[in-house]
Amino acid sequence: MSSPLIKVENLTLQFKTDEGLITAVDNVSFEVAPGEIMGLVGESGSGKSVTAKSLMKLNPGNAVYSPESRITLTTDGEDFDVLSLKTDRDLKVVRGGAISMIFQEPMASFAPAITIGDQMVEQLLLHSNMNKMQAHDFSIEMLERVGISDAPTRFGQYAFEFSGGMRQRAMIAMALSTKPKLLIADEPTTALDVTIQAQVIDLMKDLVNEFGMGILFITHDLGVIAQTADNVSVMYLGKLIETGSVRQVIRDPAHPYTQGLLNAIPKLEQLDVPLTPVPGDIPSPLDRPTGCVFHTRCSQMIVGRCDADIPTPTTLSEGHVASCFVAQYGPGGVAEASA
Amino acid sequence: MNGETPLISVKGLSVHFGLGRKLFGEQKVVRAVENISLDIPKGSFFGLVGESGSGKTTFGRAILQAAPITKGTIAYNDGEVDYDVASLGKLDLKDYRKRAQLIFQDPYAALSPRMTVRDIIAEPLEVMGLTASRKETDRRVREMAAKCRLNLEHLRRFPHAFSGGQRQRISIARALVCQPKFLVADESVAALDVSIQADILNLLKSLTEELGITFLFISHDLSVVAHICDHVAVMYLGRLVETAPTRELFAAPRHPYTKALLSAIPSLDPDNRGQAQKLEGEIPSPTNPPPGCKFQTRCPHAIDICRSEEPMLSQLGVEHDVACHRWEELFEDQAPSIVSAQVPEARPVSEPVPVPKPKPEPAPAAEEEPVAPEVLANELARLRRKNRIAIAVSIFALLALPFACAM
Repeated sequence: MSSPLIKVENLTLQFKTDEGLITAVDNVSFEVAPGEIMGLVGESGSGKSVTAKSLMKLNPGNAVYSPESRITLTTDGEDFDVLSLKTDRDLKVVRGGAISMIFQEPMASFAPAITIGDQMVEQLLLHSNMNKMQAHDFSIEMLERVGISDAPTRFGQYAFEFSGGMRQRAMIAMALSTKPKLLIADEPTTALDVTIQAQVIDLMKDLVNEFGMGILFITHDLGVIAQTADNVSVMYLGKLIETGSVRQVIRDPAHPYTQGLLNAIPKLEQLDVPLTPVPGDIPSPLDRPTGCVFHTRCSQMIVGRCDADIPTPTTLSEGHVASCFVAQYGPGGVAEASA
Repeated sequence: MNGETPLISVKGLSVHFGLGRKLFGEQKVVRAVENISLDIPKGSFFGLVGESGSGKTTFGRAILQAAPITKGTIAYNDGEVDYDVASLGKLDLKDYRKRAQLIFQDPYAALSPRMTVRDIIAEPLEVMGLTASRKETDRRVREMAAKCRLNLEHLRRFPHAFSGGQRQRISIARALVCQPKFLVADESVAALDVSIQADILNLLKSLTEELGITFLFISHDLSVVAHICDHVAVMYLGRLVETAPTRELFAAPRHPYTKALLSAIPSLDPDNRGQAQKLEGEIPSPTNPPPGCKFQTRCPHAIDICRSEEPMLSQLGVEHDVACHRWEELFEDQAPSIVSAQVPEARPVSEPVPVPKPKPEPAPAAEEEPVAPEVLANELARLRRKNRIAIAVSIFALLALPFACAM
């Protein structure tokens, strides 16, 4: 495996609020290699987006990174410690340079009063050494590349004149035109219809192959992950609870939360099986459970162990890691564990 | 079903929205729902599926008499009363509102942030005057809250203290508290996480069985519909393209659009990537629908007749209807499996190869932009207001002119 493009180590992120420090991300480590699609799955409130924004230091001013946190970006043989970059000028290497981001709401992420074309040109002028004319031509080329028909006309239109799928395509075109090394896609298909979602997923896979960049793909839909990602990390309440290759995690989930998520998905092949929800709701980050963060909703909870100790990440097989006592020792293996 | 009168019987329903007003020439019209006929049997869980812009929500609203009905009839018959929803008087409409309720999509926007959960659930009872005393209201609120798994402590809090799933349970309790016979759930689980979604679906299902409510479940998610509904109707651009009992529809979809929708659901199998039969393009604008079959611009099987003539619904089973010119021949040479990625081969020689993307003629700007009918209606109202002001100003100017000259 080639050296990672971005390496996140022990990322812990807290927000200073009136109610005190809220832990949003707790000791998260992962890496993305060039050409790899890394899936980040979790419910809303699990800290997926905050983690992604940390990679570009886009979190608001009340965010506090712990001293052990480290994000290393390797681009063109040079290493950058992202968290130590202070000014906006320094961060230009990362923001829009090596990393681009696609947001969930394509309508909300385009400026409504500036044409799509002007927005594309503006960022090219900022992040590359093209002149206006070149940027104009290149933007139209990119729009065509993502499958927008009649690109020269579309170039002069506003975001509201585009349909949802086209807006997301334009967003992708814009994010890719600066030729980033890493693309962060935050729920890029959630707001789209299934048929359009299928088109966008196809497009993204094609582009990875063509440009050889890494993608951090954030979603709550395990079906989308199964179709796109190479590796998956499952996140719950700011913690990575299971990581592995897409086959390991989807075929053979070790953590009860991953199993619960998979069981909750309505499957077309098994219409008679009743849906099994994960019981309860995700706890408020203000009162994080002690011990394993998932024990309040876990059906296999071991009393006296899961609610007291924090499980450590355990390697189950090559590349497959889970943080769970049950997965570590088996359902009956508590005695062995305490011995 | 079995000879019983259906709860809702829709015949030839059309909902059109006018677009702007012109002094001369014809007004543009959005045909959000066009000529739909279907029956919703008593006690059924009826699913309505389609992409955004297909008119599902407008249809649901029309049944509740919350959208202007242009043409057609909606007969409501729950054994006690018999209404023609399209022409209800004021009093009857009030009574109908007690019998037919709506659950909204976004649990965050549907609840007033300034009311306690108790007040939110009690409001329908108070507004409709269904209870004699505050005591009775409280009793019914508590009963319904318990059914929706909310405890007494929850009733005193405000909505902001609740998570998405809990909020959706509050909206369900509010909709059910006046004991409706018919409930429209518009994308009620779309905004929820999968783990919570399953919970809400199970709750809805058990409540229907317990309270004998008939459901119209509007959703874009076929896998959800497959699990919860017993009958499904598929809509595309305001038309009904296929309707069938759930099992039949999922085992043997006949309309190419239904097939495409089914195969677009991402499979959970990582080794089954890219098998799906992909649809090109997007749903056309309802202001400028293509001629003939509305699906022809994206259909992989479209031939000449599809481009000129609109297919009618044809019956092919007891309750299975499909609107497609070619369903018979397409079905014969197709394997029964749902996710078969078959390519259309046996095409007549005369037929041109389907051109997927560029639509034949119309104006490039407005094309392909599905506009929500509600937005259009608002826009229309705004334009009318503006017109009025303009007319007032010009009359004033005309009147003032002689005075100005005299001075």
